[in-house]
Amino acid sequence: METPRDTSAPPSDPQPNQGAASAASHLAGSSPQRGRSSLSDGGNTGRRGDAIFKLASSGSGIALLVIMAAIAAFLTVRAVSAISADHGNFLTTSDWQTQADPITFGIAAIAIGTLISAVVAMVIAVPVALGIALFISHYAPRRIAQALGYVVDLLAAVPSIVFGLWGALFLVPHMIGVNAWLNQYFGWTYIFHQNEPGTQPRSLFTVGIVLAIMILPIITAVSREIFLQVPRAHEEAALALGATRWEMIRTAVIPFGRSGIISASMLGLGRALGETMAVATVLSPSYVINLHILDPAGSTIAQTIANQFGESQGTGRDALIAAGLVLFVITLLVNGAARLIIARRKEYSGADA
Amino acid sequence: MAKRIDVSGLNAYYGNFRAVEDISMTIEPRTVTAFIGPSGCGKSTFLRTLNRMHEVIPGARVEGKVMLDDENLYGANIDPVAVRRTVGMVFQRPNPFPTMSIKENVAAGLKLNGVRNKKVVDEAVERSLRGANLWNEVKDRLDKPGAGLSGGQQQRLCIARAIAVEPRVLLMDEPCSALDPISTLAIEDLIGQLKEQFTIVIVTHNMQQAARVSDRTAFFNLAGVGQPGRLIEIDSTEKIFSNPSVQATEDYISGRFG
Repeated sequence: METPRDTSAPPSDPQPNQGAASAASHLAGSSPQRGRSSLSDGGNTGRRGDAIFKLASSGSGIALLVIMAAIAAFLTVRAVSAISADHGNFLTTSDWQTQADPITFGIAAIAIGTLISAVVAMVIAVPVALGIALFISHYAPRRIAQALGYVVDLLAAVPSIVFGLWGALFLVPHMIGVNAWLNQYFGWTYIFHQNEPGTQPRSLFTVGIVLAIMILPIITAVSREIFLQVPRAHEEAALALGATRWEMIRTAVIPFGRSGIISASMLGLGRALGETMAVATVLSPSYVINLHILDPAGSTIAQTIANQFGESQGTGRDALIAAGLVLFVITLLVNGAARLIIARRKEYSGADA
Repeated sequence: MAKRIDVSGLNAYYGNFRAVEDISMTIEPRTVTAFIGPSGCGKSTFLRTLNRMHEVIPGARVEGKVMLDDENLYGANIDPVAVRRTVGMVFQRPNPFPTMSIKENVAAGLKLNGVRNKKVVDEAVERSLRGANLWNEVKDRLDKPGAGLSGGQQQRLCIARAIAVEPRVLLMDEPCSALDPISTLAIEDLIGQLKEQFTIVIVTHNMQQAARVSDRTAFFNLAGVGQPGRLIEIDSTEKIFSNPSVQATEDYISGRFG
């Protein structure tokens, strides 16, 4: 996934094509001068290494763009052929009937399911992750901070199927009570209302919790690095004004880390949107739009692709590719929005301080 | 408003290392006191003990008494946060908050003190920026980022930020060492004006600066690498620079040091 941080500085990079062209001219210009005087000697000043590095790095950049374009083209071509065979409206249909006649499918239910589970995961994970990151960077004694940081990194290495199994075998049965409580006291919010209280909570809410735990390490690790980079001078400036530690964090640390926090959250969101195995293990798929997130209903795009890919062929597979394209577009939109937020206050970013 | 500082028997430590040994001195209100001495002699460390900034470094601690009028800053019931609101500080490198505008920077301390009234804040911002001789240069761009100013302007912005909370004492840790001569002159003029309201303590490596801005000068020295820094003598600036009582002071001032 493209992240805002990775792509935040393209204007200052040389154009890839120009880079390759000038690299070639460096190589050509250096050889005839060889051995004439120490100043005009092109061979020994490292120019060749410069050119090779330039070629390698601009080549990598171009290769990435080519691969991305190839993926987008592949998704688009196959998606178009599937959508033209669709008898329903691809954007508004909830059902996913690719074996039936006429073929009717649409991404309405699974796109909304994807977004709901990702939003639940973000709402839970971002505050907790920022809390852990701040604890590690500014509160914990060094030894505890190191140990905790190691454990968080370890959490990132657990395969998603393990989270899925934990979610299905442990979390689902233990969520029954939580769901009943939420339904009783927060049922009026609509989203926590249960149509059939007491059912197995194989719901988008449970999926969201599993996803939250999965995206916690990446958000924590990235934010922690950002918080550790806050210049000591800014923290002391706040302290010298009579800030308590929390006020210092609010005045100097969080504003400085703002764009990094957004980037970290986007990395987490990307993983939550695309997660397949954990969702497929917890959720029993159903292609209906249900905004009561405690009800055992709903499905996500990635899960649908994984569940259906084996048993579909032809147009059915192309339909899944169309769903994949939608996920691709959602990810692009989310990243674009995040970059807009970061760019809006760029001059206040502290990057040049 | 300005307060007297009375230090007695002060030792400052980083972990087990004693950086400053047994310092006693009195700093009169509405004066400028300059700390001079070679690098590593504990001037900055001692300065930071005067508003309890020393202890924000992990493992750092202080022994001894610092009386601000009749209150011991290291007394049992003293809140270091409250001390820092009374004793302001300006650092060696200008450090405006990069994420804040000029106005927000000046208002940062007021905000921490819970001042929310927009009119009060605006007045304090203007008064502080005028006090720091910066108002005329920035009054049309108060909402622009503070990090966009020149180095000298940033340092005056930091001074404005420090005086906005109306401290009793202003500590300055080599405030001009990162600035060009013109900005330095602007800050020195400013120090001359500020001493009418504040007790000012300034650490400097520039002896002409100490001679120009201060009323009293304290000379610090250390016996050798790894030894704690000590106060050699403190006297009127005139006396220190013309006829110091200790030979080491004269050697340092005349450049015949070491």
